[in-house]
This record gives sequence, structure tokens and C-alpha cells, in this order.
Amino acid sequence: MGLADVKEKALTGLFWLSALMIVGVLVLIIGYIIVNGISAIDLKFILEPPSRAGKEGGISTTIVGTLYLTVVSLLLSVPVGVASAVYLEEYANPNSRFAYLVNLTAETMAGIPSIIFGLFGFVFFVIFLNMGWSVISGSLTLAIMILPTIMRTSQEAIKAVAPELRENSLALGASKWQTVQRIVLPSAVPGITTGIILSIGRAIGETAALILTAGSSLGMPINLSDPARSMAVHLYVLAMEGISMERAFGTACLLIVLIVILNFLANWSMRRLSRAAG
Amino acid sequence: MGAPAGDRWLHKRQVNEVRNISISTTSNNIDFAGSTSKADSTARKVTREAVIEKLLMISAGISILSIILITVFIFARGIPLVTQVGLSNFLFNLTWNPANKIYGIGAMFIGSLGVTLVALSWAVPLGLAAALFIAEIAPSAVGSLLSRFVELLAGIPSVVYGFFGLIVVVPFIRETFGGNGLSVLAGGIILGIMVIPTIINISRDSIMAVPMDYKVNSLALGATHYQTIFHVIMPAARSGIITAIVLGMGRAIGETMAVVMVTGNAVIVPGSILEPVRTMTSNIVLEMGYASGDHQAALFATGMVLFVFIVILNLLVNMVIKGAKKDGLS
Amino acid sequence: MFKEKVRRTASFAILAILLLGTLIFAGCGTDENSGQADANPNAALSGTINIAGSTSVQPFSEVLAEEFMKLHKDVQINVQGGGSSQGVTAVVSGVADIGAASRELKEEEIAEGVAPIKMAIDGIAIVVHPDNSIGDLSADQVKSIYTGNVTNWKEVGGADATITVVTREESSGTRDAFLDIIMAKEEITSSAIVQNSTGAVRTTVSGDPNAIGYISLASLNEEVKALDIDSVAASVENIKNGSYLLQRPFHYITTDKTSDLAQAFIDFTLSDEGQRIVEEEGAFSVN
Repeated sequence: MGLADVKEKALTGLFWLSALMIVGVLVLIIGYIIVNGISAIDLKFILEPPSRAGKEGGISTTIVGTLYLTVVSLLLSVPVGVASAVYLEEYANPNSRFAYLVNLTAETMAGIPSIIFGLFGFVFFVIFLNMGWSVISGSLTLAIMILPTIMRTSQEAIKAVAPELRENSLALGASKWQTVQRIVLPSAVPGITTGIILSIGRAIGETAALILTAGSSLGMPINLSDPARSMAVHLYVLAMEGISMERAFGTACLLIVLIVILNFLANWSMRRLSRAAG
Repeated sequence: MGAPAGDRWLHKRQVNEVRNISISTTSNNIDFAGSTSKADSTARKVTREAVIEKLLMISAGISILSIILITVFIFARGIPLVTQVGLSNFLFNLTWNPANKIYGIGAMFIGSLGVTLVALSWAVPLGLAAALFIAEIAPSAVGSLLSRFVELLAGIPSVVYGFFGLIVVVPFIRETFGGNGLSVLAGGIILGIMVIPTIINISRDSIMAVPMDYKVNSLALGATHYQTIFHVIMPAARSGIITAIVLGMGRAIGETMAVVMVTGNAVIVPGSILEPVRTMTSNIVLEMGYASGDHQAALFATGMVLFVFIVILNLLVNMVIKGAKKDGLS
Repeated sequence: MFKEKVRRTASFAILAILLLGTLIFAGCGTDENSGQADANPNAALSGTINIAGSTSVQPFSEVLAEEFMKLHKDVQINVQGGGSSQGVTAVVSGVADIGAASRELKEEEIAEGVAPIKMAIDGIAIVVHPDNSIGDLSADQVKSIYTGNVTNWKEVGGADATITVVTREESSGTRDAFLDIIMAKEEITSSAIVQNSTGAVRTTVSGDPNAIGYISLASLNEEVKALDIDSVAASVENIKNGSYLLQRPFHYITTDKTSDLAQAFIDFTLSDEGQRIVEEEGAFSVN
């Protein structure tokens, strides 16, 4: 009896230890980067363009590049992703071949490594469609990468809308599209928002695919056809080329802060979702 | 970055599937509603509805179109080279020497597997323990807090992991174990951290989906809490756990930036975990810049092999899920 | 001709689908940066130049571009890395206006209709960790280390420690030049650590007391120590008088389709002012 007791206690201890290890790793990584990077960040770092290949100046053009790529890719993939989810959940016969195929491709795409998307974006957008290394090539590639996330979270959100709401709307004479537009989508907004926030996180952190499609020019991207360097790519170049460790830490720190904020937002919108779903 | 949220969704989907079918059938049956007196406007309304449905369907088709394009464009560049050097030669030849037109990715294939195995060897036990902890052991407040930390871990960009590896892990290995530090071990440590969220999320969801009755019955029969966990809950959740490991493996094999920064990228079959290694993904990102002609085609072929490998892993996951459904377990 | 048509049709089809998607959910507003025209009536030149290619040339292009844009406010110059081969490909396909290569062009590349313009000369330094006691190696010793015949520093007169050999990736310009001058067609040992930029090699060597690598002389800094080769120091004079053998040209690559604007930039690079910048950044003038 005593021995079994000791064994149980030891096991509980081990489980707590494993949890602590994971928290420890997280705190170590985030802490290390913030402690070493925070001193590099000031207003000048954020507002000034890099000069001398990033050795001097700030990282403003890469912040703009990141935002630009993220916004354009969302503009492209959110409508398509949400529309796909609406079709799959509200219109398609779930047993149809088409719906099965769409779901299967979405699953497969979610597992494809980003370097593969990068290779594809490079041959298709950059070379075949002659778009060059540009914001539009990078954004289209990113858009395809985040499409599965948008689709899936939207599907989940639409599924979570109570069937009675739809039935009531239809019974009152609303058409199917009216029901979707006025009843289903508004109730699904928190879930869709969560998906969008998760996608933003992925877009901000993406490196491998963007190096091959958006280029690595340090200039300020203005037009869709301009090349752009994102913060993540900038961090890679700064660290690997050994250009400036101080600025690399600063960039990493800013990325981490952004991710923490997005994570917080995602949690907040998910809580709203679960509250709405009751 | 993989899509941890997506991984979870994949698993949840089967849980929701039953519910989904019932919802969709109800909404499919009611499609008419406004039988107003004005036949004309009804007709217009019906066309409008039909057009909208078509548009939505086209949107849904875009993901199919994308994957077809991806496959076609990558295979179109890769296949000619593979046929030229021969598939088995390409896959198993350990020499990669583009200058002399020798293209073999055997060493890199082994490299990818090696780094992945080192990563899984510690990430799977730790991740499973944490998943059980969250689902069965921790007070719920602690569990949900840990879940939030795990989400955060999943959100950190891979290039930040690589940077951390380069600055902290590599020097640590060099000073503690010798060698240069850029090694299989460094890759395994960093990749392990990166796959832990995938493993925790999916296995936690499947552990939580084990019916309460199983637990209650086991406890009622006099089993202790831990006996229940190890002999009842884990077997019942095994398909979810296998899914977690396979998807974690996929994520590790596909990871690029973090790996290229910490593994040293030598094209050799490493003799120990302290030696450098090159993975398939690193090969692409390293040499894409300078490659042209056959050399570039060989990099696309490397991507093709990676792609096929990942698709096979995904199909495996699908089979595991289907098999589990047949057994009546989630 | 036909290919061009298919391409255009494909672009339009994709655009149309995307637009349709956007129209369905017209709720989301667009907020894209609009172009900011900094009108300057005095500047005759305007437009965009894309430069792509060798990562060794990239820092030079970036500084040259910065100066050029100061002189001509309406000109936007984008400088990309990519690599020497991609520089050639990019110019041929029109993705870039000017390519950059840190090696001599291959015959099949010249056959594609590109012309190299030598814009600087760069030395290649053999570098070790600053704490390494060795300061001089013969070219043969360097070769033995890179072929893998010599694996311990004590074999060349240093401490008893295994050598970490660091090299560049396949077909990099720096690697090509190193292979030509030092290796004489022999292979670099496959257990060498491979990094894909000059900076990454330098970072690796500066972190490992037993490492050896080779980098562009222009990017030499105090983190690493440059070795004398056959007792000749890697210095400006020795490169100019030809006694230090490890040197290679930097090229800008153009085609007959190169725009006047791009040509103006190249002229600027070759001018006294441009060549002064080149020397300031650590390479040598072609004049």
C-alpha cells in the first residue's frame, strides 16, 4: 500500500515536471530574446529604413514589407477561404466526391512544408506568370499557405452555429443565401476572426517561402510589383550573414512581441466564440 | 511553421463529422421557402441563389486547383531529372556533387530522418506526458494555462527558433560535448521544441475525447488513477496519439529555416549526433540561389520527394483515423 | 508566342477568380499603400532598377544604390541576393535589369546573350579563429585541409585539435574561385560544414576555435583572422601587384535589352565616384 502510494506520488511529480519543462523552454526562449533584444528597439529602430545592408539604421522597410504581405495575402485568402467553408458546410452534400476532395486537399495542404510552397511560388508566380520577386508573388504564395487554416477555422465556426437559427430563418421565408449572409456568417464571425489571427501569425513568421517569392530587397515596397523583405527574412539574413547581432536580436524581439500579442488576441476571440456558442 | 491549429482541426473533424452530417442534411432539404405570388421575382431570386451557389463552389474549388498546380509545376521540373539519373540512384546515392552532375539525395534523406528521430525521441514522451497532464492530472486552471503556453510555443516563427539555436544551443553543444556544435543534436533539440505543440494538441484532444464511462468503470473496478490512465485511457486514445506522432514527424521533416541554421549542412551520413548533417529541406534553401539547369531541377526533385513523403504521411493519418472509426474509438 | 498567350490567359483566369472571391465579400475594405511621388523636376532620371545575384556583390550594390538614389530622387533601386547563377537567369528572363556575379561567366551563360561588365576585384581570404596560433599556411596545406588529407591542426604546426572545415555551397562564386585557384580540380571533403553566404562562413569560423573557412576579403572583420598564403598577406597592395593569388572579379551582367536607366547606374559604378565607393567597401577598383 505504502509503495503504491509512493509510486503514484512519484508519477504525479514526473507529470508536473514535464509540464514545468515545457513552460521552462518557452520562458527561456522568449525571455532570452526579449532580454537581449529589447535594448535595440527604440523609435528610430522602428521608423528608420535600414542602411548599409542592415548594419545601420532601423528596420522600417521590413516592417512595412511584413504588413504589406500579410494584408494582401489575407485579402486574397479570407474571401476564398470563408466562401469555401460556407459552400462545404451549407451547400455541398457532405458525402459528395467534390466535398470529399476539397476536404482532403485542405488537409493535405496544411501538412505541406513551406519550402514546397516556396518552390511552387517561385516557378509559378515569379517565373511562369512573370510577376518577379514581388509583394504580389509573395502574397499569393502566402495566401495559398494560409487558405487551409482559414477554411478549417471557418468551417468549425459555421458548424458551431445552432441549426435552429437556420431553420427559423428559412421558415420565415428567407432564402438560403440570405440565411447564410444574415444569420450564419454573423454568428460565425468570432470563429473566423480566430482563424484570421492564427493566419496572421503564420504569415508574419514565414521565411522559407518568402525568400523564394518576395525577394530580399531592402527597399520600401510601394507597388504590388515591388520586391519586399519581411522581418522574418531580415532576421535570417542578419543572423546568418553576421551583419549585426544587435539588430537581429531587435528584430527577433519585435517578432516575438507581435506573436505574443496575436496569441493573446486569438485567445480572446476564442473565448468570445465559446461564450457565443454557450 | 506548420499549422498546429489545423492539426487539431483534423482530429476534431472526425469527432464532429456525425453532427455535421445531420446539420447539412437538414439545411439541404429546405431550399425553396419563398413561394411568393410574384412568380417573376421568385425566378430571379432562384437564379441569384444558383449563381451564388456556383460562385461559392468555385471558391471551394480553388484549393483543389492550387494543389493540382503545385503538383504539376513541381513535378514538371523534377521528373525529367529523376528519369535522367534513375529513381533509385537519385534516392539512394549518397553522393551529391552537382559540379560533376552527380545527384543523389540518399545522405540527405537519412539526414532528414536522423534529425527527425532525435527530435521525436524526446518530444514524444515529453509531449504525451504534458498532454496527459493537461487532460487528466492538472487542476483545470493549470491545464488551460499550460495549453495557452503551448499555443504560444506553436506561434513562435521557425526563424526565431533557428536564431535561438544558433546563438544558444550550438555554442552550448560545442562547449559541452565538443565538435563544432552545428550538428544533428542541435537540429534535434530545436525541432523537438517545435513539434511539441503538435504532439500535445492532438493527443490531448483525443485523450479528452475518451468516453467518461471508460474511466468511471475502470475506477469502479478498483484501478488506481494511474492504472486507469495507462491501461484504459491511453489505449483508447491510441489512434489520436499515433496521429499526433505522425503529424509531428511530418512537421519535423518539413521544417526548413530552423534546421538550415543549426545543422551545418554537410552532405554526409553522420556517424554520431555531434556531426553535421544536411536535410532535404536545407538542400533546397541552401542551393536554390546559385543553382541553374540540371542542378536546379535536382533541387525541385528533392522537393518532389519531400512532397510525396509528406502526402504519404497524411494518408497514413487518414487511415489511422478511419481504422479507429471502425473500432468505434476516436 | 503561344506560351506567352497561355501565360496571359492563366494570369487573367486567376485574377478573375480572385476578384470574384473578393466581390462576394465586398465588406472588407482595401488599404494598400498608394505610391508617393516625390516630384523633383531637376532629376532627369526616374524609374526602377532591379539588381539580383551574387551575395558577395550585394553589399556593394546596396551602398552604390543608396548613393545613386541620393543623386536621383526619382529612381528606386531594388537589390536582391540570390546568387551568381540566379543573377544570370534573372537578367535573361527579365526579372532583373542588372545581374551580379562574383565569378567569370560560363560559356553557356554567355551563349544566352549576356555580357559581363567587370565592376570590382575582390580578394578571397582564408580565415581562422583569432585565437588560432597559426598565421601562415602554404597553398598546398590549405588544399590538403580542404581535401580532408589533413584533419588536425598539429599536422600543419598548430595545436592538437580536429580541424572544422567550413565551405560554401555548390556553385557559389566564391567557392568556384576557391576551387579554381587552390583546389586545382580536387574535391572538397564531404564532411565540411556548408554555409550559404560569406557572412555565415565568417560567423561559423568566429564561433569555433578550430575552424577554417574562406570569405570575400571585403567582408573580413575583427571576428576572424586572415591567414598569409605562402607568406603573402591578404592585403590591398599584394592583390594589386598580383602576388596574392586568391582574387576574382565582380561582374554586373547586362543584355542588349538593358534600359538606359540601368546603364546610367552601371556608368555611375564605373565612374571615379563609384569606384571610390567600391574601394571604401573593401574591394578594389577596376581602373
